[in-house]
Amino acid sequence: MTNVWTITWRELKTYFVSPLAYILSFVWLFLAGIFFWLSVSNRDASMRGVFPTLLFLFWLLAPLLTMRLLAEEQRMGTLELLLTAPLHDWQVVIGKFLGNLIWYAALVILPMLSYVVILVRYGSPDYGPLVTGYLGMLFMGAACFSIGLFTSSLTQNQVISAVLSFAILILLWISDFVSNFAGPGMISDIGNYLSITRHYNDFFNGVINSTDIIYTLCVVAISLFLATQTLQSRRWR
Amino acid sequence: MPDSSANGTATIVVQDLVKSYGGYDALRGVSFDVQKGEVLGFLGPNGAGKTTTMRILTGYMPPSAGQVTVAGFDVFDDSMEVRKRIGYLPESVPLYTEMSVWDYLDFAARLRRVNNRDDAIERAMEMTNIGDKADWLIGKLSKGQRQRVGIAQALVHDPEILILDEPTIGLDPKQIIEIRKLIKSLAGDHTVILSTHILPEVSQTCTRILIINQGKIVAEDTPERLIGRVRRAEHVHLQVVKSAPEIPAELEKIQGVLSVQPKEGTQGEYEIETIQGTDRRAEIAQAVVQRGWGLLELRPVSLSLEDVFLKLTTTEEVEQ
Repeated sequence: MTNVWTITWRELKTYFVSPLAYILSFVWLFLAGIFFWLSVSNRDASMRGVFPTLLFLFWLLAPLLTMRLLAEEQRMGTLELLLTAPLHDWQVVIGKFLGNLIWYAALVILPMLSYVVILVRYGSPDYGPLVTGYLGMLFMGAACFSIGLFTSSLTQNQVISAVLSFAILILLWISDFVSNFAGPGMISDIGNYLSITRHYNDFFNGVINSTDIIYTLCVVAISLFLATQTLQSRRWR
Repeated sequence: MPDSSANGTATIVVQDLVKSYGGYDALRGVSFDVQKGEVLGFLGPNGAGKTTTMRILTGYMPPSAGQVTVAGFDVFDDSMEVRKRIGYLPESVPLYTEMSVWDYLDFAARLRRVNNRDDAIERAMEMTNIGDKADWLIGKLSKGQRQRVGIAQALVHDPEILILDEPTIGLDPKQIIEIRKLIKSLAGDHTVILSTHILPEVSQTCTRILIINQGKIVAEDTPERLIGRVRRAEHVHLQVVKSAPEIPAELEKIQGVLSVQPKEGTQGEYEIETIQGTDRRAEIAQAVVQRGWGLLELRPVSLSLEDVFLKLTTTEEVEQ
């Protein structure tokens, strides 16, 4: 665990001196603020209208945040330092993932809690959907970041990494449409299950569904596993 | 076990190492061992297999065939034990340019689970002479300073074994001398393997040289003996005031002188070859003075490691 934390700690340090991380955080909070303002202007003391719109924004920004995670290490040659130090490849992957998630929680989700303060001050919101909504944001972050971490392990080129993770997120999104078009049957079920929007909309609507939690855990586990395998592929390449 | 490791002091034992990338064989049966406290120089042209060998030793990638043990541990099966004992400076220095020197070394020390980190970092910075740069961002440092931060990173956990891939590349002459001094001072307590394609470097810092070419070891010995092996005669450089046609014939009369060749494009300069292990300079000087040719210079020519290297690596190519 110490090894994982060492990687996480360095990752966090990098974020806090990286202009890109601050710019993304700023853009996010600015746009999220506009969505929130539009929502409360409708005299709606909830975030039900805000979270789903944020979902799309998140898909645009997450690949930009994760693209450098391993691609940069490969390009700079620092990956060789990590992979010859006495720690396992999976510890590098998990450490990076946690660093990203903690940064996201601290600089994206935490500031967004100010909306709750506003809702409580000027209205009487239903706390249930608020709690599950924020939880959904966290789960969705974990899923998207793990996908981004995986694509970042595939290449030294950050742009390619971002495009690939964006493509995967789009695929998970359109699987929803596929299931709509396919009509009832197996394809529809698969499309349904893969659909990223469907799973997180449950959270945003105030429902905690075990399927959605399992979905997130599966995406994270598979992505991190694949990222570790990619790092290990140097052994047989 | 090979004979050379039978005495039990070999820290690193490499046997029949083979590494193939796709269809290309980067290493084709490399065997050697390194004794404790030795400074081994790994010499070879670019693409000879130096970096590949070092990457296998450090556990970065496994060999296709063959076995490597470091301090008695197999690099593949007991990779973590091996990694703990090695300090490694890869060919492209692994630096996080957005970090300060101190933070970077602190990270390296954490990765290595160093207990007393502050002392270890200070010691490593002092050894590599970057003590005054602790708060600098690595991105702002010169190439030579970055190289030294890279070496400090390899030293921070005071490893038994140091593996340095081209440690002096990009440094200015003064820094090169400092790094060589540092490497020499590490010998004894530490086992050092360094790779380079700069020949004076190995002859000055290493106790033993391993010349590798096209994935095979073509020679392995001390710098002096390597030169001796390739050299079959002693060479003497002679300069007189004026060339004379009779000079070569006259000098060849001296016992032990094999040949006298005028140097092309020069006036009064000759290259004299004498039988190996003899010194005929006194006789040559006497002959020149007696005949009144006007002796200007008479000095032994030592075959440089460059010549040895070229001879060994080119013969290898011819054989193929």
